Amino acid sequence: MSDHSFVRTEMLDSQAPPMMEGSVLGWIRYNLFSGPLNSLLTILSGLLVVYLLASILPWVFLSSWTATSLRECREVIPLTYGEGTTGACWAVIRERYLQLFYGFYPKELYWRVNLTFVLMLIALAPILFPKLPRQMLYFSGVYPFLGYWLLWGGTIWTPFLTLAGLIVGYLVFNFLNERRGLLIGTIVGTLLIIFWFLLGVIPVAVFLSENVTPLAIEIVESEQFGGFTLSVIIGATGIAASLPIGILLALGRKSDLLIVKSLCVGFIEFIRGVPLITLLFVASTLLNYFLPPGTNFDIILRVVIMVTLFASAYMAEVIRGGLAALPKGQYEAGDALGLDYWKSMRLIVLPQALKISIPGIVSTFIGLFKDTTLVSIIGLLDPIGLSRAIRSDTAWNGIVWELYAFVAAVFFVFCFAMSRYSIYLEKKLETGHR
Amino acid sequence: MKIRFLIAAIAAVFVTGSAYSATLDDVMARGNLECGVSTGLVGFASPDAEGEWEGFDVDYCRALAAAIFGDSNAVEFTPVSTKNRFTALAAGEFDILARNTTWTFSRDTDLKQTFLGINFYDGQGFMVRADLGVSSASELDGASVCIQTGTTTELNLADFFRVNGMSYEPVPIEDNAEAKEQFFAQACDAYTTDRSGLASTRAAAENPDDYVVLPEVVSKEPLGPLVRHGDDQWADIGRWVLNALIIAEEKGLTSANVREMASAPTNDPEINRLLGTEGTYADMVGLPNDWAVNLIEQVGNYGEIFERNIGVNTPIGLTRGVNDLWTNGGLIYAPPYR
Repeated sequence: MSDHSFVRTEMLDSQAPPMMEGSVLGWIRYNLFSGPLNSLLTILSGLLVVYLLASILPWVFLSSWTATSLRECREVIPLTYGEGTTGACWAVIRERYLQLFYGFYPKELYWRVNLTFVLMLIALAPILFPKLPRQMLYFSGVYPFLGYWLLWGGTIWTPFLTLAGLIVGYLVFNFLNERRGLLIGTIVGTLLIIFWFLLGVIPVAVFLSENVTPLAIEIVESEQFGGFTLSVIIGATGIAASLPIGILLALGRKSDLLIVKSLCVGFIEFIRGVPLITLLFVASTLLNYFLPPGTNFDIILRVVIMVTLFASAYMAEVIRGGLAALPKGQYEAGDALGLDYWKSMRLIVLPQALKISIPGIVSTFIGLFKDTTLVSIIGLLDPIGLSRAIRSDTAWNGIVWELYAFVAAVFFVFCFAMSRYSIYLEKKLETGHR
Repeated sequence: MKIRFLIAAIAAVFVTGSAYSATLDDVMARGNLECGVSTGLVGFASPDAEGEWEGFDVDYCRALAAAIFGDSNAVEFTPVSTKNRFTALAAGEFDILARNTTWTFSRDTDLKQTFLGINFYDGQGFMVRADLGVSSASELDGASVCIQTGTTTELNLADFFRVNGMSYEPVPIEDNAEAKEQFFAQACDAYTTDRSGLASTRAAAENPDDYVVLPEVVSKEPLGPLVRHGDDQWADIGRWVLNALIIAEEKGLTSANVREMASAPTNDPEINRLLGTEGTYADMVGLPNDWAVNLIEQVGNYGEIFERNIGVNTPIGLTRGVNDLWTNGGLIYAPPYR
């Protein structure tokens, strides 16, 4: 017998991959220099980047952090870095960063803004990450009232009674819904809440704080709000309120009920046909003509309402896109299962439609957050408005880029975080219909 | 029927609402004055690092607060833009507007405001680069001029060049900050706006001596505080606070010496009347007897306010010029306090 075998008995040693595969060099070759045109473009872009950095970086780093005025900056920088150097005057940021973050909020009460911000992250966490315990959602529900109380101060009874009114209204709705039907429940519940808000909350809160216990913290007026605090308040409230309103509007627009449908279409088309600036001017100026003189209708509240309405209209259209993209069979499946309208929407249609709309929703959010800077035009001191106010200080008169660069950097952090979260969510939900 | 009721109800709201109660009483009850100021104008209104407002217009509000409460800090500032200032005042969002506002016919009558006087005489001027070698606006024939669009300055510019038979090339600019950048980047030969604005722009330059403000003034811009129509007592108070600041300078009363002058009657009866050591003039307008002492001591007289915020020793470096007292050849003049 010969020991010829036709099958190799031992494994070959594994070999290194070809030099161009999986190595840095290979990546560069493949991505940057794959052909003459691409090589040329790569070199040109590289030169551009180097040129830009060479002109920006010295300005950023040959700077002064300690001067007390622009004049001093201009004297100090050439002295430190040699004749003819023009660097950034970051000293203005060092002197004013607290103002840019907190506006005119009293210094000794900054902790309240910080606490509100931290609590906001905690309240957002269970909404953003479904793995966290569901009980945390109760806190998210209470948070808007708690946050309002912490920021504006005053007696806790007002936000507490408002929240209590909402809960009681919901319980009444539930009770009547089971016994008398959806329509009666909705009408009675809504009326109850509206009457309570208009007539009940303030007198009862005043009565309780005067006769039982005030439970009050120091009041901070709306005029003292400013800077990024104001941007985040307007942005976050607008974002939180515009999503549910937008969903309702989108459903209304696809509804078969004529009145509901025409109301929603009218609202959406009207708001989308008008620039945000116009709405802000209505809030700051025109409303004053309609309301009786002397009415104290908080300017921040007015702006928040307008921004929310504006964002809701856009949100509605984004979500309608998601609803339209859903195959008709999904709606029919809901009906076939015998679910009523709200159940089929809640359990079958919306989860899928919202999933499709995530990129659009987040980009509306980011747009809304950046649009908050428009309030500087109606005299509110958001970061842009404040940078103008800071420029008008004789010490900093003439400073421009440093303030804008700082504001842009902070906005970038917020918007980039939102954008990354959207990518995370899309990956998790696998929105692409593959 | 229902509609008629609705209209009646709305009308009732407006009628009852527009009947103002006395502003002074409201202010006293609230415990502070609410004052509308600019969202930021160099030398006139700006917040410092502590969030305290300062500036020429701000000091007028502080003087008013000192007159009413004896405390120049009993005032809250509401920043308003050029666009919403009049409606906000009309809506009662603040008690008085001190926001370098030009007194014009239509603002006084059609917009139903009451101007309390003039605290700063401004006027449109020109600024050029020093190396152009121009010493008068009449030498600007053919020049390119940076101009804010949609303002009265744009119209004044056209008028000025037409009257003098010259041509120019407008470089339209959206706002003051942009104008600054464009002018310094030599996008235009000349920049035109109010002279106080020119001075602050020049002060912001890397090297102010590279630029000169030409002597010509081509428009009248009398600036002053204003209140809404309907409360004459409140307007009187605001007007006489401004006048008291001017009289104080005229009579040599300063923040340093006013307390001493008020300790006993002096030889000048007008000083005595103003400082409350003679007669009971303050009662006539509903202010405390030592109102003028408080405001001069805490804020200073007109001249002190001017020098502190926009005068020659500040970076803005405005000379008094027409804003000097009438006794020194200027236009600042107050009626007698008697």
